[in-house]
Amino acid sequence: MQVTIKLFAHFRNDRFIKEVQTIAPGTTVGAIVTELAIAEEEVGVILINGRHSNLDQSLVEGDNLSLFPLVGGG
Amino acid sequence: MIKVKETIAFLQKNAKDGLLPFSVQQEAGQQFSLHIAEVEEIALGHDLLPARYQRNRAMLSIQQQLSLLRSEVAVFGCGGLGGYIIEELARLGVGRITVVDPDVFEEHNMNRQLLCTQELLGRKKVDAAVQRVAAINPAVRLRPFDVAFGQNNSAEILQGVTVAADGLDSIPVRLELAEACNDQNVPLVHGAIAGWSGHVAVQYPGENILQHLYAGKKTGHGVERKLGNPSFTPAVIASLEVAEIVRILLGTEPLLPRRYLAMDLYHMEFTEVLFPEEK
Repeated sequence: MQVTIKLFAHFRNDRFIKEVQTIAPGTTVGAIVTELAIAEEEVGVILINGRHSNLDQSLVEGDNLSLFPLVGGG
Repeated sequence: MIKVKETIAFLQKNAKDGLLPFSVQQEAGQQFSLHIAEVEEIALGHDLLPARYQRNRAMLSIQQQLSLLRSEVAVFGCGGLGGYIIEELARLGVGRITVVDPDVFEEHNMNRQLLCTQELLGRKKVDAAVQRVAAINPAVRLRPFDVAFGQNNSAEILQGVTVAADGLDSIPVRLELAEACNDQNVPLVHGAIAGWSGHVAVQYPGENILQHLYAGKKTGHGVERKLGNPSFTPAVIASLEVAEIVRILLGTEPLLPRRYLAMDLYHMEFTEVLFPEEK
């Protein structure tokens, strides 16, 4: 199945801004993060189709996934 | 006994086109033994606008300006975000500002923290806030807490506070603040930054927005530890926080409930995120 992945901020460095990828059904956000070689502790906001989500969420055909780095500074 | 009638008469006599010059406000304070804020409250209550707020006039009614004066905002952290938040609240005329920070200024704060100047290096951040606010707007009463926020002092600090503003730099402390705000029934305007990125959210009492935002984050910090923070990211996020604070203080219908705004300034992309409905 196909999903669209969008990356933000420094996650784009040496990767991509937006990419359509073919993944196995049941693939979780966490598995995609690992596949992209992004450190899990660096992942902040996770969006699926504009809604707040999490690493354990499985994707379905046509999902739009966005990943932002974790921000905690002030 | 406050001589309200005499004070009003004095203010009305010396106002120009409904505007009250600061010199008159100050003189009234001396003559009638009133704090500048008390004079301001009497003036606003009688349709006189302190001249410093004249450029607010088309956006804030005199009644709304009075609401701001009667509000108290607690700002947690006086660093990158906090410095700008305090500055903007003081210029707006928010009458009471509580500031909380245990730290002193260090050289690595210079690149972005508004309250940090060469000569204040080594000095307490809350003292800098006191000085700055006094220099901007003497009608503002500042309540400084030179301590780290925690469960031991949360009730005292949040006592009487209308809205809390998050300028902290630690995720676990933010989560504590979010919980304390819920306990005290205080809305929390949350902001956080890292590098060119940041986000803003509002937690109304009874919601658990920050727990969602930082679910499963065991580390105390985000990627700001790796990327640092430039001058402009805190200014942007702090200003968005203040816009939300003002909206809450004025009782305007909330725009950010159950959603937040994530920003990537490097690519100039602003993304609205919706939370799933609470079950």
